[in-house]
Order: sequence, then C-alpha cells, then structure tokens
Amino acid sequence: MQATPANASGLRVDEKLERMKLFGLSSPALLLVLVILVIPVGWLFYVSFLGGNGQFSLENYQRMVERSSYMRIFRTTFEVSLVTTGLCILIGYPLAYFLSQIPPRIANLCMITVLLPFWTSLLVRTYAWLVLLQKQGLINEWAMALGLWDEPIKMVHNMTGTLIGMVHIMLPFLILPVYGSMKAVDRDYVKAAANLGASPRRAFWDVFFPLTMPGLFAGTLMVFILCLGFFVTPAVLGGGKVIMVSMKIVSNIELFVSWGAASALGVVLLALTFAILWVASRFLKLDQIAGGGH
Amino acid sequence: MFAWLKKPASETQITHGQRLWLYVLAVIIMVLLVTPTLIVIPMSFSDSQYLEFPPRVWSLRWYEHYLSSPEWMLATWTSLKTAFLTMLVATPAGVLAAYGLHASQVRFVRAAFLFLITPMMVPLVLVAIGVFYVYAQIGILYTLFGLVLAHSILALPLVVIVIGSALKSYDMSQENAARSLGAPRWKAFVTITLPQIRFAVVTAALLSFLTSFDEVVVAMFVSGGDNPTLTRNMFNALRDQIDPTIAAISTIMICVTTFLMVLAQIFGQQRAAKD
Repeated sequence: MQATPANASGLRVDEKLERMKLFGLSSPALLLVLVILVIPVGWLFYVSFLGGNGQFSLENYQRMVERSSYMRIFRTTFEVSLVTTGLCILIGYPLAYFLSQIPPRIANLCMITVLLPFWTSLLVRTYAWLVLLQKQGLINEWAMALGLWDEPIKMVHNMTGTLIGMVHIMLPFLILPVYGSMKAVDRDYVKAAANLGASPRRAFWDVFFPLTMPGLFAGTLMVFILCLGFFVTPAVLGGGKVIMVSMKIVSNIELFVSWGAASALGVVLLALTFAILWVASRFLKLDQIAGGGH
Repeated sequence: MFAWLKKPASETQITHGQRLWLYVLAVIIMVLLVTPTLIVIPMSFSDSQYLEFPPRVWSLRWYEHYLSSPEWMLATWTSLKTAFLTMLVATPAGVLAAYGLHASQVRFVRAAFLFLITPMMVPLVLVAIGVFYVYAQIGILYTLFGLVLAHSILALPLVVIVIGSALKSYDMSQENAARSLGAPRWKAFVTITLPQIRFAVVTAALLSFLTSFDEVVVAMFVSGGDNPTLTRNMFNALRDQIDPTIAAISTIMICVTTFLMVLAQIFGQQRAAKD
C-alpha cells in the first residue's frame, strides 16, 4: 500500500462510506421510531390546531386557558407530581444512603426490596394498594383492631390513595440513580473531612451530600417527568376525584371523541416535558438520566 | 450487641448507635416497599369475595375461575405472544442500532441516540392516542402486528441503552484484529463482538419482554377485539370493582416477573464478573 495523495483521499472516501454503512445499521430502529412515534405525535400536533369546522384555529388552546376546569387539571397534575417527587426524595434518599453504607453483600440482598417492586407490573402494584387501602381493607381492619382509629377511614379513590400509590411506584426510579452516585463517591473524601476535624454531620452535608447531587438530580427529574404524564395509578386509585392531564386526554377521546381537545392537551403536556428536559440538559447529560433508571 | 452500637460505622467515626435511627427507618421503608406486592399472594388463595388476610378459608377458586375463563385465557395468550414478538423485534433492531452508532462515530451519532430514546420521554398517553388514530386509518387497529410495533418502540430505548453501555466497555480493536486477518465485518461482529456482549443482549431481551408484558396504556387503546392483552382486561376490571380473580392473576404475574428478574440478575452478575 503506497501513501500517495490519490490513495489517501481514496481511503478517506472509503472510510466515510464505511461509517455511513455502519450508521445505516441503525436505520430499522430509527425508521420504527419515526413511523410509530413521530408521525402519530406529529399528526396530533396538526389536529390540535384544527377548529370545529376543520379550519386552522387556536380554539383548542383558547379553551384550555379560558376554562377554569382545565386550569384545575393542570394544577392538580403539578401538585401531585411535586408532592410525589418530594416524598420520594424524603423516603428514597435515606434508604439509598443506608444501602450505600452497609457491607456490599447485605446491600445486594436489601437491593431486592427495591428491585422487586421495580420489576413487578405497575398494574399489580396499583391493585395491591387498592385492596389494602379500601374501607374493608387490611390497613383499616388492622388499625381499628389496634385502636388507632374507630371508624374505617377513606384512603382510596381520593388524593391520599393516589399519592400513596404513586410514591410507591416512583420510589425505585429515585433510589437507583441516587444509590449509583453514592457508590461512586470516593469514601476517602469523607475520611479526609473527618480527619480534618469535621463532625459526622458536617462531613455528610459538606462533602458527601454535594457529591451525590448528580444522582439525586437525575432521579428527581426522572420521577417528576414520569409523574406529569402518569395515567394508570391515579386513574385507579384516584376514583375520578384526582384528575390529571393524561386522564383528561383519555376521557376526551373515550367519552367525547374530541380529538382537537385531547391533542391540544397532549401537545402542552409534551411541551412541558421537553421544556423541563431541555432545562435539565443544560446541567446534566440526557443519556445519563436515561441510564439512571436502569 | 451493645459493643456493636459503640463501634464506628463509617470513616467519619459515627457509631452504629448514633445511626440506629437510619437502620430502623431503612427497614421500615424496605418492608413498605415489598409487602404491598407480596401480600396479594396469600390473599389470592382466600375463599372469600373480600380477599381476607390471613384467609379464613383457603381455596383455589379464583385460580379455577381464571383458568376456566375463555376471556382471561385469550388475554393471557395475547400478552405472551405480543411480549415474545416484541422481544424478537426490539432486541435485534436495538442491538444493530447501538452497534451502528457505536462503531460509525459520525457527527450525528448523539442526535440519533437521543432520537432513539425519545419513546421513553414522550408521555405514554400521547403515544397511545396517536398510534390509535393512525392504526385506525390504516386498518391495523386491534391486530397483533400493530400492537407489537407499538410495544417495540417502547422497548427500543432500553435495548439501545443496555447494549450501548456494554459496548462502551468493549474493546473494538478486537474486531479490527479479526478483520485484518480477513474476516468480513459482519463475521467479525458475529464471532468476536456478539459473544462478548451476550449477557447484555439477554438482559435487553428480557427487558423488552417485560416492557411489553406489563404495558397498560398503549394496550388499552391499540389492543382489543380478538387480541386484548391481559393488562387491558385487568385495567378494565379494576375500574368496575375489586374482582378477586385479579389477585390470582397478579400472583401469577409476580411469579413470572420474579423468575425473569432472577434470570436477569444472574446474567447481570456474569456480565459484571466479566467486566
């Protein structure tokens, strides 16, 4: 092989060609996403700008701003998402911390308690809560037997039930990335802090906690985004009293066959999701978040 | 026991005693994480309509009801077929894509990767109603074919992520060595690369299967008619009343998932051991 200029440029062309060929291997997957995701969602986008007479109109969006019922739905969605995310942090961070501090062999065993719900069907878990929280359910029965309360308390088909179910379902999405970033912390830093006279509390808050921020941030984002578009759990445990955006979209189609209204809601939901991801991506690589959940 | 409480628990010299609250809290959280799922299992063997725990009279009547119901059997069969076919579509497509992106190193690889994982970020309801409309137009609504395609795009991001991270820790120069010895690219991939990322491939395949098997929202819209999925029927049953048959089905589903999870853990550990 001679390194003549002609050959070199020829090789460069060959290389480019080969790279494109390799890239072409991803075409079935890209095509699949294009046809099954982008085209349908693009069509919804188009429909959201059609009025009742089939002409271009903003009435679907106007309705959303004008009607207080729609505003209430958005407020509920944000409230549920914020509270769920907050509770997940409060419950998940300590558990992840515990798991990162104990010997690996025990930690792996304890990890099953996080992975089992993570892998179990969401519908099964929602059903389990429905059974446990209902009026004649186990929790009411036991609490009354223990004398905690006298009358059965309504804990399902309302906000309480929705929040309990959602926190339970979202927890693994927070715990896994947080645990990952805790394991990645170099324990020598904490040791050095203690060596320099920091109290355990100070070593935790000034050294350990800041180092786990990327995982906490990724987990929080993941949970919040999933909550915004969540359907199954609020639909079953909310009993029609907690109406989130995704549920309104479904009822617009199933009950009113109103594609314009449903699409407009969907477009706003999607825009919100992407806006949050876009802001987050300025602080964190997106693929890191995607990898965080698994 | 008391000596253990006074022992330092970490590099900061904090003692186990000072950390007792954390241990207690963690145990409570772990119990709360698993029990709601597991408690369904004994309850499904109750004879009562109201799902007692512990059951006063044990019985298999809900299992009998499930196994003798043609509707539930049809739904189970549909779910299994769909999940299996989704695995067969998403895994090769995802492996090829992850490999192509990893090996080509062209400028827009990052953009393509983000594009492939978008199905993970778009709210499921939106995918469901969009696909529902398009399928109705082209007449593949309530078909296995349509359902499998829709579930495949949901499984694809997981496959791409799992395979992508496996390839990151794989040394591509091994493949170049095979090629410099005369193997064509596809042969180098099949005989050198693929065997080394096989655990990741199995994990990805299991994840695809589970994604489809557990999926509710898209199935609610796109499956039905002759091909209703198990999750679709379960969701509809949940909206009406608490049917104890669901407890029996849930128990079976928990067993299936646990089995697959154990498999994935085994493969995952072998993968970790290899790295």
